[in-house]
Amino acid sequence: MDKKFVTIPKSETPLTKEDFISDQMVKWCPGCGGHAILASVAKAFPNTGYKKENFVLVSGIGCSSRFPYYVNTYGFHGIHGRANAIASGVKIFNPHLSVWINTGDGDSMAIGGNHFIHTIRRNIDVNILMFNNKIYGLTKGQYSPTTPMGVETKTSPFGTIEQPFNPGELVIGSQGTFFARAVDTNPKLMTEVVEEATKHDGTSVVEVLENCVIFYDKAHEKITSKETRDNNQLILKHGEPMVFGTEKNKGIRYNPGKGGLEVVTIGINGITIKDILVHDQYSKDPGIHLMLAKMHLPEFPIALGVIRSAAFPTYNELFEVQMYEEQKSSKIKCMDDLLNSGDTWEI
Amino acid sequence: MTNKPTQQKDELVVKFVGDSGDGMQLIGTFFSDASALAGNDLATFPDFPAEIRAPHNTIPGVSGFQVHIGQSKIYTPGDLCDVLIAMNPASLKSNLKWAKVGATLIVNESTFDDDAIAKAGYTTNPLTDESLSNYHLVAAPITSLTKKACEEFGIDLKTVDRSKNMFALGMLCFITGRGMEHIFHLFDKKFVEKPKIKEINKTVFRAGYNYAETAEVVESVINVPAAAAALEKGRYRNVTGNVATAWGLLAAAEKSGRPLFLGSYPITPATEILIELALHKSLGARVFQAEDEIAGICSAIGASFAGAMACTTTSGPGLSLKSEAMGLAVMTELPLVIVNVQRAGPSTGIPTKSEQSDLNQALFGRNGEAPLVVMAASSPADCFYAAFEASRISMETMTPVILLTDGYIGFGSELFRIPKMADLPQIHPPIAAANDPNYKPYNRDANLVRQWAIPGTEGLRHRIGGLEKEDGKGNVSSDPLNHQKMVNLRRDKVLKIADRIPLQDVIGEEKGDLLVVSWGGTKGATLSAVQGMQAQGKKISLAHFTNIMPLPKNTEQVLSNFKKVIVPELNDGQFVNYLRMKFPHIKLEQYNKVQGLPFTVSELTEQFTKIMEGK
Ligand SMILES: Cc1ncc(C[n+]2csc(CCOP(=O)(O)OP(=O)(O)O)c2C)c(N)n1
Ligand code: SF4
Ligand SMILES: [Mg+2]
Repeated sequence: MDKKFVTIPKSETPLTKEDFISDQMVKWCPGCGGHAILASVAKAFPNTGYKKENFVLVSGIGCSSRFPYYVNTYGFHGIHGRANAIASGVKIFNPHLSVWINTGDGDSMAIGGNHFIHTIRRNIDVNILMFNNKIYGLTKGQYSPTTPMGVETKTSPFGTIEQPFNPGELVIGSQGTFFARAVDTNPKLMTEVVEEATKHDGTSVVEVLENCVIFYDKAHEKITSKETRDNNQLILKHGEPMVFGTEKNKGIRYNPGKGGLEVVTIGINGITIKDILVHDQYSKDPGIHLMLAKMHLPEFPIALGVIRSAAFPTYNELFEVQMYEEQKSSKIKCMDDLLNSGDTWEI
Repeated sequence: MTNKPTQQKDELVVKFVGDSGDGMQLIGTFFSDASALAGNDLATFPDFPAEIRAPHNTIPGVSGFQVHIGQSKIYTPGDLCDVLIAMNPASLKSNLKWAKVGATLIVNESTFDDDAIAKAGYTTNPLTDESLSNYHLVAAPITSLTKKACEEFGIDLKTVDRSKNMFALGMLCFITGRGMEHIFHLFDKKFVEKPKIKEINKTVFRAGYNYAETAEVVESVINVPAAAAALEKGRYRNVTGNVATAWGLLAAAEKSGRPLFLGSYPITPATEILIELALHKSLGARVFQAEDEIAGICSAIGASFAGAMACTTTSGPGLSLKSEAMGLAVMTELPLVIVNVQRAGPSTGIPTKSEQSDLNQALFGRNGEAPLVVMAASSPADCFYAAFEASRISMETMTPVILLTDGYIGFGSELFRIPKMADLPQIHPPIAAANDPNYKPYNRDANLVRQWAIPGTEGLRHRIGGLEKEDGKGNVSSDPLNHQKMVNLRRDKVLKIADRIPLQDVIGEEKGDLLVVSWGGTKGATLSAVQGMQAQGKKISLAHFTNIMPLPKNTEQVLSNFKKVIVPELNDGQFVNYLRMKFPHIKLEQYNKVQGLPFTVSELTEQFTKIMEGK
């Protein structure tokens, strides 16, 4: 369907990062990944071109959910787990707002899991920034639904015995139309990904691997440290082959015999660049996207960048179409019409 | 018309009962609407089974519909019925206790086979064992006569069986002197797209009507004259409480200029409000069926932040789920109407039965000091005004309001004098002006009301949330004295709403022997009982409350003017204990019933008489 209803007004004057910095003191711990995320978002927002009054940031509860206080937009700091539901109301009521959700791994996948999957399933046109530090930060270090199996935390003194969620898998499994992954140590990639999320119509989920220096320091170290990152990260770019590694000679190949992906080395066993998968983030079929999202160490690198960005009708567009059609065709135009509709009589 | 003698009656109660698939709600509604078209005042109440289709011919599968019509003002669907239409043994067995001694029983004899009789729990056939000798029994082979009437159409047995309710309706209309024209007018409308069904129904209806006449099933025809004298002049319609609630919310949206947003999750007996509002996209109503009640209210809070006339609708268990979010609405001081259609609890309770047992939850069911406004609707038609008023107060004072209705008035219907929108008050939400240099999120006016700064407006970017806020500026604050101040402000803001609501009125003398104090959906019963006793010269009056938090300013005065005060409630004493907490020096008696059933006028009359006589 041609997009006709859901538009966000543009700013008449160009905006800068400074337009989005609030006067509030940022209270995250020094070294917390949150700082880098904030800087990247403040850089990405002016590039969207939207009017600054048309941004609304909604959050739940957690360290990550303090985010709206630090950005000078309309902001709503909600209750634990409910940011997705609150934001859905904002966007359905006024689709001309650019709605952002700041949430944590616990906020969106434990207490708010239900709202998270349903927001995604409906494809409500909001942008979810999920800070995945794999721990409950604000409540001081209990395990979360993304804490890896076996990790000792305050509430798992003998190691967790739960399988963690992979957020990308959950998003795509919930019919997600956009999923990207970024790391707090790569602000440039994060800004790019946030801009891509803005462009996407429908729910976009950006998982940011965030380091909680206090309660789960170095949770993502293998992915982010200088020494290991080149071999452990695959930064996806649409239309480009999926190569990675310090030598840029490793790649991801689809192996039909295995029915899945595998890591291959270019130049070995006759493998050439032609064997390497080319990333198609716009593919409607989620098959490869799901495989990419699920890749994990040590067998695979971790996929970063935009994994999926598929065009499907959004809830809000469909909603506005129905509103428009009904307002055009219904005989009931005002309350007096409704009150006097059907069987009535004079006494 | 017949040449039978007619018997004038001031009022008449008819109850329709049958198996869930027998179409009792449908013919009940047809009869009610036809009576309304004939000029009667009326009140109805459907009595659904909890199961959609319980096993055939069993007592749990019985579905009922009661209507009370009259030539004077009608306030309740009636205690006991004058005419009982029973389509099978189980429905007769379970409803005979709701028929007056001497009532006319129209019974479908065709269904009284041994198996069905046994399933209903009878040991012998009640139609032949003389057990019904205190009633006027009209046992008619309705199923087989319907079959005969349908022969000309050559239709399948299932369709035939489905139209047997129209035969019963035809018999009833003859007995109650209702001409065919109103019913046929209703058929023409209802079945406009199903001409064949319409013809079948008309034929079967006529067969039932003629059967009642030729078989001389009654000696005289009942006539309940039109109520023109008792009703205020105007345009009328029939309305259920749930539809009236939906319309009241829509009316408030129109009068405030703020489009309606509903976030809701289906739950009996509140679902019909969601269903009704979902129809009205043309009026700008934005309706969101959420994944649960928490998402229902949270989406409404988000919409309210974005500038909507926001509401959420639910029933008891759903209200429990909304507790935390109600606190968020209290803290962020956003308008929000929470409609709670009460049902029998606790837990899942008895979903289809009514109670007034969520008052404590509404008043106190949140963490922290979290006062909000609590109001209650009195009758199906009053739901319109109560929902309008709840929305008006909520938007004008930036305060969440809980509106309590219940299954009894939500499902029940009565005549509704259609208001003109121009006659309803304009609603003035305190919307902040763009680029106001003095705007601060928690600045307040003289009534302690903050402003509504709507996203998209230039120059008003701000942040609010569930953390305690600094007075005025609205920055996050955990300062002890600021917290105390904000708690006091939120409380005083709610108490000041007493200035905006009417004083409590008293029906009857302002002083006397007994004051009956009721609230919410029991008004029809308490008013009928009190008026009946007043007519006998008793010094009894009624104070029926719709504003509960805050209470009207003259409440203490009203309660102090009587020798005795009694508070009847369909719970274990929630309002009476609230009043005792507020006015510990006033002695209050109570009468409570928690059976999932409404009060009957006769039981109330008996209780009030007892207490007046000092027993
Ligand atoms: C209803 C409710 N339950 C529990 C809490 C306590 N609580 C606050 S934040 C949090 C977990 C936060 O973890 P996460 O969402 O991962 O955010 P992070 O602090 O790690 O950014 C919990 C359990 C709460 N505020 N509200
Ligand atoms: S506790 Fe962890 S997540 Fe929270 S601010 Fe500190 S470093 Fe960041
Ligand atoms: Mg976390």
